[in-house]
Amino acid sequence: MSLDLKFNYTEKKDTRSGFGDGLLEAGRRNPNVVGLCADLIGSLKMGAFQKEFPERFFQTGIAEANMIGLAAGMATSGKIPFTGTFANFSTGRVYDQIRQSVAYSDKNVKICASHAGLTLGEDGATHQILEDMGMMKMLPHMTVINPCDYNQTKAATLAIAEYEGPVYLRFGRPSWPIFTPSDQKFEIGKAWKMIDGKDVSIFATGHLVWEAVVAEAMLRQEGISAEVINIHTIKPLDEEAILESVKKTGCAVAAEEHQINGGLGDSIAQTLIRNNPAPLEYVAVNDSFGESGTPTELLEKYGLNAENIVKAVKRALARK
Amino acid sequence: MEKKSIEQLQSICSQVRRDILRMVHAVNSGHPGASLGCTEFFVALYFDQMNHNAAFQMEGKGEDLFFLSNGHISPVWYSVLSRSGYFPIQEMKTFRKLNSRLQGHPATEENLPGIRIASGSLGQGLSVAIGAAQVKKLNGDDRLVYCLMGDGEQQEGQVWEAAMYAAHYGVDNLIATIDYNGQQIDGPTHEVMDLKNLKGKWEAFGWEVNEIKKGNEMESVLEGLNKAKSLAGKGKPVLNLLYTEMGYGVDFMVGTHKWHGVAPNDEQLANALGQLPETLGDY
Repeated sequence: MSLDLKFNYTEKKDTRSGFGDGLLEAGRRNPNVVGLCADLIGSLKMGAFQKEFPERFFQTGIAEANMIGLAAGMATSGKIPFTGTFANFSTGRVYDQIRQSVAYSDKNVKICASHAGLTLGEDGATHQILEDMGMMKMLPHMTVINPCDYNQTKAATLAIAEYEGPVYLRFGRPSWPIFTPSDQKFEIGKAWKMIDGKDVSIFATGHLVWEAVVAEAMLRQEGISAEVINIHTIKPLDEEAILESVKKTGCAVAAEEHQINGGLGDSIAQTLIRNNPAPLEYVAVNDSFGESGTPTELLEKYGLNAENIVKAVKRALARK
Repeated sequence: MEKKSIEQLQSICSQVRRDILRMVHAVNSGHPGASLGCTEFFVALYFDQMNHNAAFQMEGKGEDLFFLSNGHISPVWYSVLSRSGYFPIQEMKTFRKLNSRLQGHPATEENLPGIRIASGSLGQGLSVAIGAAQVKKLNGDDRLVYCLMGDGEQQEGQVWEAAMYAAHYGVDNLIATIDYNGQQIDGPTHEVMDLKNLKGKWEAFGWEVNEIKKGNEMESVLEGLNKAKSLAGKGKPVLNLLYTEMGYGVDFMVGTHKWHGVAPNDEQLANALGQLPETLGDY
């Protein structure tokens, strides 16, 4: 039986390409935008920016700690640095550098992190960071953004170039459906209600927004009306949108490609507990490391696909 | 700024040392040892070498910039900043106290003029200084960027990432300095983690190394810093190896790591201040 999806796609592309294309455009719009990359220009899709603005691009070699410090120094002097490396090396490896030189010093540095989560795939758990959003959202001054597809990642990249302050922008490696409009306006901290519903609120971020769109259609076939809300900004969290939706539906599911501890689900739980306690189910990695495999296989094995969102919805509904 | 004589600079040093000791004594915490050891360097930078503006602008366009990587020697920096007009000298009374802009380690959070980045977690300042120096090049700003690190700090890996990078890009508008006092918290550096041939290491990384053998003699410091300036702009980043004595200026503090992070008591303070004339008026 085919699904009647509320959002569809004709093309797939990786979100990192959205970053690369957004960075090029941001560089054209603002001469203060500079790029830094720790030996992953191809993987981060920063090559077009480097080619067009060679004097504003800095290859740092495999030295991420130095890259973060350089970016902080460049921001101090009025530039808008975008650093690029894998999410693992963008966060855990350089946490103290980000904490002191970027977050505490409130520098206008954009930490752009690719290959986040399980969907990195075959490289395995060493590179599949699932703790990055938690680490970054705990830092005062830090904004944390996890867009869902190529178009949204491109729009987010342009938006953070215009925003003053430290940002963590997280995206991924796999080819993924492009289901949001190319002309979208990206508002940092403003959740996007993609599908109206009345029985349950599905709050999804990153690649799992697509899984939530699929899950909504599956649930609809069973007579369950799900509201799908795209939480592209993990911090600051759009608490108003979350509370308004849950007030209507009475229960919620949080879906993210992240550890169950410290991610979007925990942020939503905190919001609900303080304002309007309601059943909340998690779709997240359950306190384990990942492993090698294809993105699809991994999302299935670790319980992060549309089928698992449907199951979580049913658990939430049963607790209403 | 009118050029100051060696005697005038030395007299400022005496007052700065008094400020350092009084600040750490008042809160029974802080790091007097290397602050005292670096006093001539700081006074030479802020009162002779650098073109800087006490009406502080974060971006520092058209100015020489200074970044302190070994942030724990904040007392000497705070004293020199306030004595050169960045903030009122009375504010030194608030050092390390609640609601102060003079945090234990330098920070930007409270908007203290003169501070461009937080430091204290070691190894990060050189990277930041290089970033700022590269922006000066991009902007066609021919002023210099200075950075001070500790010698114990050379044990941090990030320092060497930064060293490799600056040489690769020929960041020759950067003058870094290592406070080469041979001491760190747990003891003499050669016992804790021997730096071995530090000069050779920096040379091998592609830097121009300039030794300032008498880092606690103003004439020698000025001469060394002038030489460093003359080495800038020639394709290589410049490193000063500044030989200092931790605790210099106070006879019972000099040359030992024991005063790295320990404040004098009342009696010790009185003794120390007795050795340092009050030249500009205590805060």
